[in-house]
Amino acid sequence: MVDIASDSLAIRIRDLVVAFGEQIVIDHLDLDVRRGEILGLVGASGAGKSVLMRTIIGLLPKRSGDIEVMGVDIDDHGADNAEADNAKTCWGILFQQGALFSSLTALQNVEFPIREGLVLSAELMKEVATAKLEMVGLTPRDGDKLPAELSGGMTKRVGLARALALDPALVFLDEPTSGLDPIAAGEFDDLIRTLQKTLGLTVFMVTHDLASLNTVCDRVAALADGKIVAIGPMSQLRHSVHPWVKAYFHGKRSLMLQPKASEI
Amino acid sequence: MSSAPLLDETNRGETLELIPSGSWTAAYAAALERLFDVVSPRLSRSKGLTIDMAGVSELDTLGAWLIEKLSRQARDSGHAVAVVGVAERYAGLIDDIRLVNRDKPKTAAWQNPMLARLESIGRSSLSAIQEAAVFVQMLGALSNAGYAVTRRPRRLRFTSVIYQLYQVGWRAIPIMALVTFLIGGIIAQQGFFFFRKFGAGSYVVDLVGILVLRELGVLIVAIMVAGRSGSAYTAELGSMKMREEIDALSTMGLDPIEVLILPRIIALVCALPMLAFIGAMSALSGGGLVAWLYGGMSPLIFTARLHDAVSITHFEVGILKAPFMALAIGIVACSEGLRVAGSAESLGARTTISVVKSIFLVILLDGGFAIFFASIGM
Repeated sequence: MVDIASDSLAIRIRDLVVAFGEQIVIDHLDLDVRRGEILGLVGASGAGKSVLMRTIIGLLPKRSGDIEVMGVDIDDHGADNAEADNAKTCWGILFQQGALFSSLTALQNVEFPIREGLVLSAELMKEVATAKLEMVGLTPRDGDKLPAELSGGMTKRVGLARALALDPALVFLDEPTSGLDPIAAGEFDDLIRTLQKTLGLTVFMVTHDLASLNTVCDRVAALADGKIVAIGPMSQLRHSVHPWVKAYFHGKRSLMLQPKASEI
Repeated sequence: MSSAPLLDETNRGETLELIPSGSWTAAYAAALERLFDVVSPRLSRSKGLTIDMAGVSELDTLGAWLIEKLSRQARDSGHAVAVVGVAERYAGLIDDIRLVNRDKPKTAAWQNPMLARLESIGRSSLSAIQEAAVFVQMLGALSNAGYAVTRRPRRLRFTSVIYQLYQVGWRAIPIMALVTFLIGGIIAQQGFFFFRKFGAGSYVVDLVGILVLRELGVLIVAIMVAGRSGSAYTAELGSMKMREEIDALSTMGLDPIEVLILPRIIALVCALPMLAFIGAMSALSGGGLVAWLYGGMSPLIFTARLHDAVSITHFEVGILKAPFMALAIGIVACSEGLRVAGSAESLGARTTISVVKSIFLVILLDGGFAIFFASIGM
């Protein structure tokens, strides 16, 4: 892997090991995510995609290795590490199930990071939060609903609006299109693309959606056996010789979705 | 790269020209809002507005929205607005922001406070009736499931009953015994302290014996069970409801009442009398110990006096109440559990209601039984 100057990297992982007891999930993994790109992470169920993401955002402890996010070392020891705390406000996370606060309305969920992170008048805060909701394709009326009253797709949209509330430079998306119908998933892909362009986001996306990988991702990384076995644009990954990657991109479902023979 | 935001203004004839510069991002939220508040009242005075965006080095949703809000305000008062010099990378964001916040929020209609008060009284009386209906409905569903099980006893989830009995019965013994032991001791101590003044110290045994066997033993234990096991039932069933586990059960053709609730209530109805018995014995031992150490009454004399003071009737009066109290606690706990809606807040609220309501019902039942036993002369 070519080492790029670290200030052009959003995430830099070196020699990362994550293990639960005897079971090693992430085994000496290296990964670079460039600023401003959309990186898709694929891997078999149980290969450790979510573990990798949760380790980067600090929810799981690592055994060894270095993780830098936006040039700052995210370390689990040292609770008063102000730099690492700052790094945490520069990212937004969309969890797989949305993880909306169930006692707050959709609008209040989006307002929450703004309220905690910024000094703003109530009126402006509401306007900005409503703007976010509308940018992810919801109506202001949806903002008054409680998470229990939202459909799956709406929950994901509200989750995304909350992740984007502070205009973070880096967004983590855990299976953003799972459980959405193809039209909604397509809209969601467009949305991520548009937001990435307008806000200049870096997006780290765990996904299984081959269409998303095709249309949205600048690069795709494949995780197998605790390592990144292939990384690059889709066209490059299709030529990978790794057996799992081969099976993934040349399986029945992948072939159905492949757009043009010329691209292969 | 990031620098504090500025907003310069120049007047060109009757047109106000605003020149924002620096970082118009959320990092400078407070400063941006101040800039906005200074400029916004002046908008109506000039005939037109031009915003020159060329100097803006960073822009995010908040900054873009403030620019849009300025131009929207000017447009609303009938002026011509031009936004110029938008960098290409921000054009998309500006265009997106132009579309948002178009719907004016409706303000809530004014309500007559008298009528609102009346409405809330009406609603709460209706909900009181509904509470009773929920209780009766659960009692009915439970009897139905119980009837089905007696006709085909193999359908009873025996393992589940035993497991619940272990949870609410066996594992509750230490804390119940400890609490009732202390209560028994306290009653005896207070009894000696005050009865001595009248030279009636020996009647403490009657006080402890009758009070504990008839009332306090079962009452304390029932209240503890409502707090310990009733709340657990509500929380368990409530989170199962939230995660659609109960819906999953009923779509498999199983009756959630029969599978989940009946075993729990059977366990509670069996466990509470046993716990009440243990509690009563433990309270009597507590009383006996205090009588010995504080009142100077030897255990032999205490037992002999107790034998004279209480009869099997007192014990029956106490223990007969236990299963009914258990039934009330179980029904309230389970029906509140099934009423949990989607949010974590509602789970907390239902668990609180469950404990408060079952303790209230336990005390109400105790009062009812006191009248009943008095009138049949027990």
